[in-house]
Amino acid sequence: MSGPLLRVDDLHVRFPVSGAGLLGSGRRMLHAVNGVSFELAKGECLSIVGESGCGKSTTALSIVGLQEPTKGTIRYRDQPLNGADAPSRLQRAKAVQMVFQDPYASLNPRQSIHTSLAAPLRLHGVTSASEISDRVEVMLNSVGLTPDQAKRYPHEFSGGQRQRIGIARALILEPEVVVLDEPVSALDVSIRAQIINLLLDLQEKFSLSYLMISHDLSVVEHMSDRVLVMYFGQIVEEGGWQDIFEAPAHPYTRRLIAAIPKPGFSSDEMAQKTDPTPGLPSGRGFVSDGSNAPDVFVAPAPSELVEFAPGHRVRLSPAD
Amino acid sequence: MTEALLDVRDLRLGVVQKRATLHAILKGVSFQILPGEAYGLVGESGSGKSVTSLAIMGLLGKPLSVTGGALLFKGQNLLDLSKREMRRLRGNRIAMIFQEPMTALNPLATVGRQIAEMYMLHQGKGRQEAQELAIEALASVRVPNPDRRAKDYPHQMSGGLRQRVMIAMALACDPDLLIADEPTTALDVTVQAEVLRLIKDLCAERGTAVLFISHDLGVIASICQRVGVMYAGCLVEENETKALFQDPRHEYTRGLLGALPQLGSRSQNGRRRLVDIDSIIADRSKLTETSFIVPRRPQGGQA
Ligand SMILES: Nc1ncnc2c1ncn2[C@@H]1O[C@H](COP(=O)(O)OP(=O)(O)O)[C@@H](O)[C@H]1O
Ligand SMILES: Nc1ncnc2c1ncn2[C@@H]1O[C@H](COP(=O)(O)OP(=O)(O)O)[C@@H](O)[C@H]1O
Ligand SMILES: [Mg+2]
Ligand SMILES: [Mg+2]
Repeated sequence: MSGPLLRVDDLHVRFPVSGAGLLGSGRRMLHAVNGVSFELAKGECLSIVGESGCGKSTTALSIVGLQEPTKGTIRYRDQPLNGADAPSRLQRAKAVQMVFQDPYASLNPRQSIHTSLAAPLRLHGVTSASEISDRVEVMLNSVGLTPDQAKRYPHEFSGGQRQRIGIARALILEPEVVVLDEPVSALDVSIRAQIINLLLDLQEKFSLSYLMISHDLSVVEHMSDRVLVMYFGQIVEEGGWQDIFEAPAHPYTRRLIAAIPKPGFSSDEMAQKTDPTPGLPSGRGFVSDGSNAPDVFVAPAPSELVEFAPGHRVRLSPAD
Repeated sequence: MTEALLDVRDLRLGVVQKRATLHAILKGVSFQILPGEAYGLVGESGSGKSVTSLAIMGLLGKPLSVTGGALLFKGQNLLDLSKREMRRLRGNRIAMIFQEPMTALNPLATVGRQIAEMYMLHQGKGRQEAQELAIEALASVRVPNPDRRAKDYPHQMSGGLRQRVMIAMALACDPDLLIADEPTTALDVTVQAEVLRLIKDLCAERGTAVLFISHDLGVIASICQRVGVMYAGCLVEENETKALFQDPRHEYTRGLLGALPQLGSRSQNGRRRLVDIDSIIADRSKLTETSFIVPRRPQGGQA
């Protein structure tokens, strides 16, 4: 296939904020996602990083159809996923699935694992009980659980096992795109390593495309092919994982990378390792250096993502 | 050799009912913290980090109880102190900050007043002077506009600012030891870096020793000179932080380090498969049978 699997174009999500605006009665809108565009290629892992509240989850929820965008288009294999021509939830489920941070919240506590995994298959017209059992069994094996565990209920599993179940449920319909929202954040180091290995194995085995959100930047560096850096609803930098981690250009990205606590380095040593800011094209400035929060209630000043190096783009505005 | 500020000796605690130990949680933990030293305890959840700190603070609640060992603070066994003596020590000589400042702050009082109370309670200052000291304390933890911020209630502040307020309260009486239990776990990485920097600078300036507890080895590394690794209620390895990373001796420590995606390692060595501790360690129950506690060099202190 030529072209991206998923294409997000000028995505906006605004939330009405309760209470009157500062200047009287006008209803204020919070710009949670403010003109986000990106593409996801077949088989790649694209990660979104940025601090809490910058709009990562809202972007993810828009893609899986759990949040209606205010504006913008999301296309999967050139077919719209939102708006008037959007597919039904059933059709969408075969294309895009999601794994949540807290698998417990996404599993029905009163359903056995078998029932949870069989339900989507039934909804998609698989009627043969033996086929359903086979597919559930194969999927449980793929995520490192045993078929006899299918009879059990979510509360009987540990956190790591529940995340495996969450992954099995996301993959049972064989989607091409999986959105991972903080998939390992709630897990201990040893379990986290197992789940990261599993996600990478499954990605290869099923040629999955991941859109991953994580606040743990060492996990992002380990898993991603490309990285988007979000700051107050906008993408401020986009690049291959090496661009972002080794040659971050935007001041916010640089602050983010410099802030990661690193075993084996004291923070003073890290500060010294940060190189000087790269030169900007003439007549351009950084849209914000990340030291002052922009007003999330007003539309941002004009700016654009400018290509620094192939595939490495940074948000700049005309210098004034 | 410098005398330890805190000497935890063979600390044992567990779930106790009618004087019988139903379930052992700490199975003999020993470590020492020198005056002014930052010591880290790292371990996965349930390994016993928080109960260790609660035992030191004298805050273990039912059904938990210390069943053996000693907690020597400046040579005195904290386990021998009365409730009243312990209360006087807390906040004054030993102070503590937690992951979630909201649980420790009074939602109904301004932060300025809460800090001022520390000075009134522990140092007998008058209201006016205590209020001035509270504003100074807010300035010392780098809260912008401290005189205005002193009038805020906790819910009006961000998580990072609230943690600064907690630090200001904890350090108000110049304690000898600050216990910090996962103080930055809920914070964004840039805010976390600021809070760590603050704890590090203020404690170094005042010579306050720190017991820093975290599940995150990177966080521990950026603040502590020495670190102890806990597993299942035991301290399995202890060493100077750098040495621990460069030359982990215990199987569990090696597993733990191998399980972490380490920043920068992918560009140097390509993507390596993370170590699955369960697959390299045949029997987890045998893990606590050995330990590697590297004896401290006699000069100690600010290594
Ligand atoms: N349903 C909602 N209603 C109102 N505001 C929301 C809603 N969902 C998210 N927000 C706000 O939108 C912003 C972005 O949130 P989110 O996408 O969850 O951020 P992130 O995942 O990056 O932490 C935040 O300010 C959040 O409070
Ligand atoms: N109030 C309690 N009653 C019974 N067991 C407890 C209690 N508090 C903690 N524990 C147990 O003690 C062990 C150590 O807990 P904790 O010190 O909180 O671990 P950590 O802080 O390292 O995550 C855990 O197995 C936990 O289940
Ligand atoms: Mg989120
Ligand atoms: Mg704890």
